[in-house]
Amino acid sequence: MSLEAPHPKDRAAALIAAARRRRRLQAWLPWLVVIGMFAFWEAGVRAFDVAEFILPAPSAIAASMVKWWNPILQNAWATLVTTTIGFALAIVFGLALGVAIGSSTLLYHGLYPLLIAFNSVPKVAVVPVLVIWFGAGAIPAIITAFLISFFPIVVNVATGIATVEPELRDVLRALGAKPSDIIRKVGLPRAMPYFFASLKIAITVAFVGSIIAETVASNDGIGKLMIVASSRFDVPLVFAGLIVTGIMGVGMYAIAAAIETRTTGWAMRGQLDPMSAAPGG
Amino acid sequence: MSPFVEIDNVAMRYGGTDGTLALEGATLSVAKGEFIAVVGPSGCGKSTLMRLVTGLWPPTEGNVIVAGSEVTKPLSIAGMAFQNPTLLPWRRVLDNVMLPLEVVEPHRRRLRANRAQYEAEAHALLKLVGLEGFAQKQPWQLSGGMQQRTSLCRALIHQPELLMLDEPFGALDIFTREDLWAVLQDVWLARRPTVILVTHDLREAVYLADRVLCMSARPGRIIAETVIPFPRTRDLALTYTPEFQALVAGLRGQIDAARKQPGLADVA
Repeated sequence: MSLEAPHPKDRAAALIAAARRRRRLQAWLPWLVVIGMFAFWEAGVRAFDVAEFILPAPSAIAASMVKWWNPILQNAWATLVTTTIGFALAIVFGLALGVAIGSSTLLYHGLYPLLIAFNSVPKVAVVPVLVIWFGAGAIPAIITAFLISFFPIVVNVATGIATVEPELRDVLRALGAKPSDIIRKVGLPRAMPYFFASLKIAITVAFVGSIIAETVASNDGIGKLMIVASSRFDVPLVFAGLIVTGIMGVGMYAIAAAIETRTTGWAMRGQLDPMSAAPGG
Repeated sequence: MSPFVEIDNVAMRYGGTDGTLALEGATLSVAKGEFIAVVGPSGCGKSTLMRLVTGLWPPTEGNVIVAGSEVTKPLSIAGMAFQNPTLLPWRRVLDNVMLPLEVVEPHRRRLRANRAQYEAEAHALLKLVGLEGFAQKQPWQLSGGMQQRTSLCRALIHQPELLMLDEPFGALDIFTREDLWAVLQDVWLARRPTVILVTHDLREAVYLADRVLCMSARPGRIIAETVIPFPRTRDLALTYTPEFQALVAGLRGQIDAARKQPGLADVA
């Protein structure tokens, strides 16, 4: 073994190669974990000879997916549409109310208790009321998805705007900026990382909302499919529904995360490659 | 000629009638195009004075008059720089510098049509403070001193008649600080804005200002005034002359006296 220090150029090359290996591992890791989980599950079910109507093996679920691909696809599409509409409504109203609450202490104190009260009500309990008002179908599911994903967006946007550093606000105030200027130029950009963090929570709970509503009263959707399947003791199909829901959740999450890194990269600089970091001095 | 900035017997109390009295009986006037520095012991209300003059806060008592009219809301003719760079982290350096143009009239109206011209001005300012080639960087890619220079450019871009500097170089090392003194002096000589500089650094005050005002301990008021006679352009060699050092020592004595001497409220 040589005691001589490696050439600086070699060292830099080694560092870059190590960083590349790390990134490759990061990209593959989620897939490896998922595959590992299914393998473990399959092995466990076979080893202990678990009955299919208690816990079906992944292979049985996959077979069920292939067998019922058409109804699964149709119902998944229905769920995706209701969830997305509810989620979109939650973004629009959540952003608006979040900005209002975050920029006015009066509104903040006035509305917060009510918001928390609303959010504490179990959404399952609301669905029957919605069904009475709107009838069974897509509308209760849209509204439940909206109700459940609305709250995290409001709270996060309000927090982002309310916690703008007074110095940043003073920079604009000292220029004679109007309150609307301050919200547009400081408040909103400052709240964007909070907003996207809330979107990642909101999109996953939006699926919870729409599927809850579908299990209670709907003619289609993954929730409805699972209720029908479980009433026939077709447990593999129930699990197929769960897995499809999970896949849709991850997909929507990935879209939100991709938009987040594109628009609020400035707030994530710590996660960037240290090799591209700033010059010191 | 009437003064450009006039503060007449101003008091400022935070947090209701029994809150902290930050300023009391503060009186000062600044001529147009003058460069004054305000020094004083820690916590004497220097920053409060800045906020009153720019209209960020209204005074509890007394009047603040700038450019002939009473200050009741934030001024738009002022440029401000603080001890922290306070750059907006989501904007590139160039966009940070150009921020005032998006807010202050008449630039706000003209910005869209004359963007190229304004950008050229911003680049010229960045070059002046030694930040040529950094316009497209994000603020976090710059060192503390470079961020502070950016902040100075932002305070200057809309050609303010009044420049309020609240310890703008306080967080910098001495070499960077001395560089920026020269830059600030150049800008002032070129454009002649009225400057009020709040600082802890007595050498900085004597080097840059026409007049140095010393404030008492809280509640603050102006207790001494020192006229700085050195001709412009001053250079760094000046700071090592006995005359310069005598003025600094004199100010040091004033501050010591101010720390012992209580403000008006304690006497009354």
